[in-house]
Amino acid sequence: MSNITPIVMPKWGLSMKEGTVTSWLVTEGTNITVGMPILDVETDKIANAVEAPDAGLLRKIVAHEGELLPVKALLGVMADTDVSDADIDAYIASYVTPAVDEDEADAAPTTLRLDVGDISVRYARRGNAGGTPVLFIHGFGGDLDNWLFNIDAVAEKAEVIALDLPGHGQSTVRLPGTSLADMANFVARFMDAINVPKAHLVGHSMGGAIAAQLAVTQPNRVESLTLIGSAGFGDEINSSYTSGFASAASRKELKPLLEQLFYDPSLVSRQLVDDVLKYKRSDGVEQVLKTLSEALFPGGRQSEKPGLKLGEAGKRVLMLWGSDDKVVPAAHAKNAPKGATVELFDQAGHMVQMEKAGDVNRLLVAHVTA
Amino acid sequence: MARKISIKQAINEAIDQEMTRDPSVIMMGEDIVGGSGSFGEMDAWGGVLGVTKGLYAKHGSRLLDTPLSESAYVGAAVGAAACGMRPIAELMFIDFMGVCFDQIFNQAAKFRYMFGGKAQTPVVIRAMVGAGFRAAAQHSQMLTPLFTHIPGLKVVCPSSAYDAKGLLIQSIRDNDPVIFCEHKNLYAMEGEVPETSYTIPLGEANVVREGKDVSIVTYGLMVHRSLEAAATLAKEGIEVEVVDLRTLSPLDLDTVLDSVTKTGRLVCVDEASPRCNIATDISALVSMHAFSALKAGIEMISPPHCPVPFSPTLEDLYIPGSDRIADAVRKTLQKGKK
Amino acid sequence: MPSNPFPLSKERLLEVYRTMRTIREFEERLHVDFSRGDIPGFVHLYAGEEATGTGILCHLGDGDRIASTHRGHGHCIAKGVDVGAMMKEIYGKKGGACNGKGGSMHIADLSKGMMGANGILGAGAPLACGAALAAKYRNKGEIAITFVGDGASNQGTFLESLNLAGVWNLPVIFVVENNGYAESTSRDYAVSVDSFVDRAAGFGLPGITVDGTDFFAVYEAAGEIIRRAREGGGPSLLECKTVRFFGHFEGDAQTYRPEGEIENARANIDCLKKFAAQVTSQGVISAAELEAIDKSVLALIEDSVVKAKAAPLPTEADLTTDVYVSY
Repeated sequence: MSNITPIVMPKWGLSMKEGTVTSWLVTEGTNITVGMPILDVETDKIANAVEAPDAGLLRKIVAHEGELLPVKALLGVMADTDVSDADIDAYIASYVTPAVDEDEADAAPTTLRLDVGDISVRYARRGNAGGTPVLFIHGFGGDLDNWLFNIDAVAEKAEVIALDLPGHGQSTVRLPGTSLADMANFVARFMDAINVPKAHLVGHSMGGAIAAQLAVTQPNRVESLTLIGSAGFGDEINSSYTSGFASAASRKELKPLLEQLFYDPSLVSRQLVDDVLKYKRSDGVEQVLKTLSEALFPGGRQSEKPGLKLGEAGKRVLMLWGSDDKVVPAAHAKNAPKGATVELFDQAGHMVQMEKAGDVNRLLVAHVTA
Repeated sequence: MARKISIKQAINEAIDQEMTRDPSVIMMGEDIVGGSGSFGEMDAWGGVLGVTKGLYAKHGSRLLDTPLSESAYVGAAVGAAACGMRPIAELMFIDFMGVCFDQIFNQAAKFRYMFGGKAQTPVVIRAMVGAGFRAAAQHSQMLTPLFTHIPGLKVVCPSSAYDAKGLLIQSIRDNDPVIFCEHKNLYAMEGEVPETSYTIPLGEANVVREGKDVSIVTYGLMVHRSLEAAATLAKEGIEVEVVDLRTLSPLDLDTVLDSVTKTGRLVCVDEASPRCNIATDISALVSMHAFSALKAGIEMISPPHCPVPFSPTLEDLYIPGSDRIADAVRKTLQKGKK
Repeated sequence: MPSNPFPLSKERLLEVYRTMRTIREFEERLHVDFSRGDIPGFVHLYAGEEATGTGILCHLGDGDRIASTHRGHGHCIAKGVDVGAMMKEIYGKKGGACNGKGGSMHIADLSKGMMGANGILGAGAPLACGAALAAKYRNKGEIAITFVGDGASNQGTFLESLNLAGVWNLPVIFVVENNGYAESTSRDYAVSVDSFVDRAAGFGLPGITVDGTDFFAVYEAAGEIIRRAREGGGPSLLECKTVRFFGHFEGDAQTYRPEGEIENARANIDCLKKFAAQVTSQGVISAAELEAIDKSVLALIEDSVVKAKAAPLPTEADLTTDVYVSY
């Protein structure tokens, strides 16, 4: 039965335990290729398409639409035509979903905490130490869960660190300053605190501008850059998003804003909106976001464009953009530094790392392991 | 950082954080400290069920034990609120409202209107509600409809630890009088609660379970009974949406109407006595505003029209259970348009 | 120039007289206008009791709070609430003290420390305890005063408040305005003790009874207990024996009162006449000076009525505003 390849429920992010199969995108008999979207799964955090991690002929669909299943549950079976139906049925009958090891989860907390000056930072650290780690920096109003589909995938190849920036996620609601330099210096201090002299920086949106800023001012801290839907490369930014996000007080106001982040607005689940609302309703968050938004994106213009100085830094740069990015226009990719690899994704919005997770992860791994 | 704590702890933490943040927040009630004037331990009780335990050590004289004298101290809380303080008055059991109702519905609720908008009364009156404690007819009522009826009052009734903390902090910061109803049988229920202070706006219902077949609209302990029913029904292939109103005044009718428009079927569940309660109110409002969306008659689940009995056998019959709720859901699916 | 034997300067005496005269003329004018049908609802008039409210409240500043009763016009005026705004309120007009939403029984001005007349008898006592509690936390020596009639002194709220004030040692004064009648029922019938001081004693509070129609007696007694409260000495009760010139409410035929009682009161225990006689006989103030005040007060009242009648009525847009600060 070694020729049988299972398709299992993926684990997205740090806290996923189960998911619901919403619909199959392929039928039995389809020749599946790596990266092909094969079914839609919804978790309490987000809905997304499962991209095939392996290639093969889909012989049998096991999980039916509407079923709620644990991580690693068998969803379908791939095998060549020479494997008999009886062997496949036997495989399915004997398949045991590996139990989620609670002890293991307890032994390795999903996130860590560290004081950097007067700011307590929440961060995640995954993968084996050794080599230059990959440091993920989320965008305005985001947190490390924005890397839900990326952290574990990249951690298979390199050590991964992701932080909640000051005033974001579950880090202290206080800013070290409102300029990109203030934020970049904070990231450098965070790297000092976790003994990381140098990292591959992966920045999304405002996080991209912070990464670029750090590469320009402290190039010795940066091995390479991966900038996703990045700020800092042009004038325009969608101010209805940035200022609207800062002030939105209810689900009704917030949901249409979050939908602007995605090419497919149906990816915005009730839980996603609730999680963002929970963050926004913490004391001081609204003020922090307004302050930051007014400093960095006054009147729909970006006040700082460190991306334009990246040419002098001489770093390897990978730039990824959704062609339907409604927050930072994909046209800014034309200002990429000379020698940068630029990839545009069709049918993707601002959250490319979620909507095109498989492709992004492959490019990212190749870039940081090159 | 979020961690798991009980509703009781969440309420204690909300009061603690607001007293730390704002020196005008004071608290008074019978035995909220416990031991005042005795020669034994201060903070002996921390409230009859220990909800305020430990606060005296941090905030001292801003927590006041009162004589058994609800009219006087609830009125004093209202008066202090009109004079710039943000008092929290704890009325041990909402049933005791009978002896101090004037101070709430004729005084606190009406100052702003009677005085032409020139006064505000930011008082919070916390009280335990609900049956299931074998406490009989005068310590078990769900009197939420009485307060919801009064213009000028806001009425809050959380069902989870997260909501309890955020709604209580909002209630304390709110500039109107708030009746904050705590279900005594939910105090031990645990949930993820951030350590930091946060608020949940009053007048925002929460969809605690999504579903496409039938909407259940409820609040308080009945949220959990309804979720149990929904879990049972899911095994039968029935997808129930459960809307937790969280605040009864202001009422988030939009969320209710959105849900009923989606499902076309409604079951209202209320632990209050059946006449003129929240279930009848929601039913009437939905009939008026979304009649055309309804595929079947509305079902209402409430206790019978009798006082809360003492005998455990009778009390268990009195409180609506998940079986009754599930039956009502099945009934709405059997009748009406397909 | 004769020396002044009174505890107040000549200027303050003139102010006191003006306050009492303003209350009197305000109520006399309402009596007339109400009987003409100009005023909606019902009104309870304070005429006859001016020395009580004035003798107490002239000790207070804006930071001191009072909780009044259904018979609250006198307390409002003595606490500094604008007479024009009061008249507009009683006429149910926009621009009234409560924009026409409260009426006679609910006139309030928090900026003057006037926490409202109150339609519920005895309800003001717990509120005043709360105001006193707030004052205690503020620690600026402010106090609170609540008024009740002899009738409302029987309410549980009042008696509970005496206890609470004693337990918490609150800077609050309980004033019993004993005008002999709880609506139509005699004080002798409805109150089980002979003296309200005994009631105070029952709660461990000091109490004192004064002639409420003698401004100087009230002034002196109130000054003493107010000073004590400001200094942390705690609550007291002050009973002022006074007289009601009108019925419980306007339109009350008052057949329960013996013949000649009101005429006798107006002739012999009118607090304004007493005050005028005291200050003129000592030569501190001349009759002409008092007459000048009478004249200007009449003009003020006339002006307030003219403006109240001319003021706009509230509109439908006002019906549902001011229920909540936010909703």
